[in-house]
Amino acid sequence: MGLEAAITAEGFMTTQLKRVINWGRRSSLWPMPFATACCGIELMATASSRYDLARFGAEVMRFSPRQADLMIVAGRISIKTMPVLQRIYQQMAEPKWVISMGACASTGGVFDTYAVVQGCDQFLPVDVYVPGCPPRPEQLIEGVMAIQRIIDEDGIPPKGPDGKRIPLGIALQPKRQPVPQPMPLTLN
Amino acid sequence: MPAAKPHKPNLDHPTLKLVKEKFPDTKFKATEYRGQTSLIVAPQDFHEVMRFLRDDERCAYDFLSECFGIDYLNYPAPQPGRFAVVYNLVNTKTADRFFVKVYVDPSLPTDGIEKDPALVIDSVCDLWPSAEWPEREVFDMFGIRFNDHPDMRRILTWEEYPGHPLRKDYPLRGRGEREHFKIVDRSDA
Repeated sequence: MGLEAAITAEGFMTTQLKRVINWGRRSSLWPMPFATACCGIELMATASSRYDLARFGAEVMRFSPRQADLMIVAGRISIKTMPVLQRIYQQMAEPKWVISMGACASTGGVFDTYAVVQGCDQFLPVDVYVPGCPPRPEQLIEGVMAIQRIIDEDGIPPKGPDGKRIPLGIALQPKRQPVPQPMPLTLN
Repeated sequence: MPAAKPHKPNLDHPTLKLVKEKFPDTKFKATEYRGQTSLIVAPQDFHEVMRFLRDDERCAYDFLSECFGIDYLNYPAPQPGRFAVVYNLVNTKTADRFFVKVYVDPSLPTDGIEKDPALVIDSVCDLWPSAEWPEREVFDMFGIRFNDHPDMRRILTWEEYPGHPLRKDYPLRGRGEREHFKIVDRSDA
């Protein structure tokens, strides 16, 4: 963290309480994987060694909502699943964040039928949408990092009316050009 | 392009002859397509015929492979009824396959879920216990009920679901079932 250079010999450091709390929250996100479809496979790939979500402190997948603070809705939400999803969201302890992962969770995707909810954000407060069908692990990591930016901006106590968190409405601007695929093969 | 020749069913399945011998006074229809033979049975004769198909040692269809419903609303070719329930029987010794089809016509408008006395077929759960869940699915999706079924409840949708979704006159996007949820916001946690 580079903190060592700023700490004096006595071990004291001056900062804002808000920054310390937010630093702790952003560095130890515990996701609740609500994986109902193929996005869940990409979610597993994101957490596994090749992409290694642990680099961002979010590798502890918790299947109990009481222990989680980031819900990742990965996959289509059917009309039977929606009340379950809401119940699980309500069981999570504050503060909590929601990522809507993939086209189906955000809009219903290609499943425009009676049985599929056309976007879980109609009935749940979603913080970050990750587009894709399914999104690549890099995209999901970008989404988790967007959650971290939201946490960085959070006030202690939260800034919203009634002390509740309000969405920041930030839009992610990609910081780099995507590499064309397939990549040219260069030797040496 | 010359018009395709009408398909002439080849009714040489040995089971058809046995059924005709056993029930000489009952009216049957039969079709065949690409080696798969279907016997069309009236609802009142259905259970008796199924019992014969299972118990007679020349038929011995000891395995109910599957059972499903069809809605023939707006089907291009004329059909004997609006709904059909198809049973797919297999003899596990000879690998013979035989289809039994029952047609039923609704007597009430098909947009509701109330019990229609015309849409009732005898259950075959007493012959093949594996029929229990498929018949529940047919009931759930098409609203066709089964007499003497041990557990005639919906299986995929919930008990109060206001429709039978695989009927062709049920709208594809439903009647608002996917929109009626409470809205959970941040203050509701």
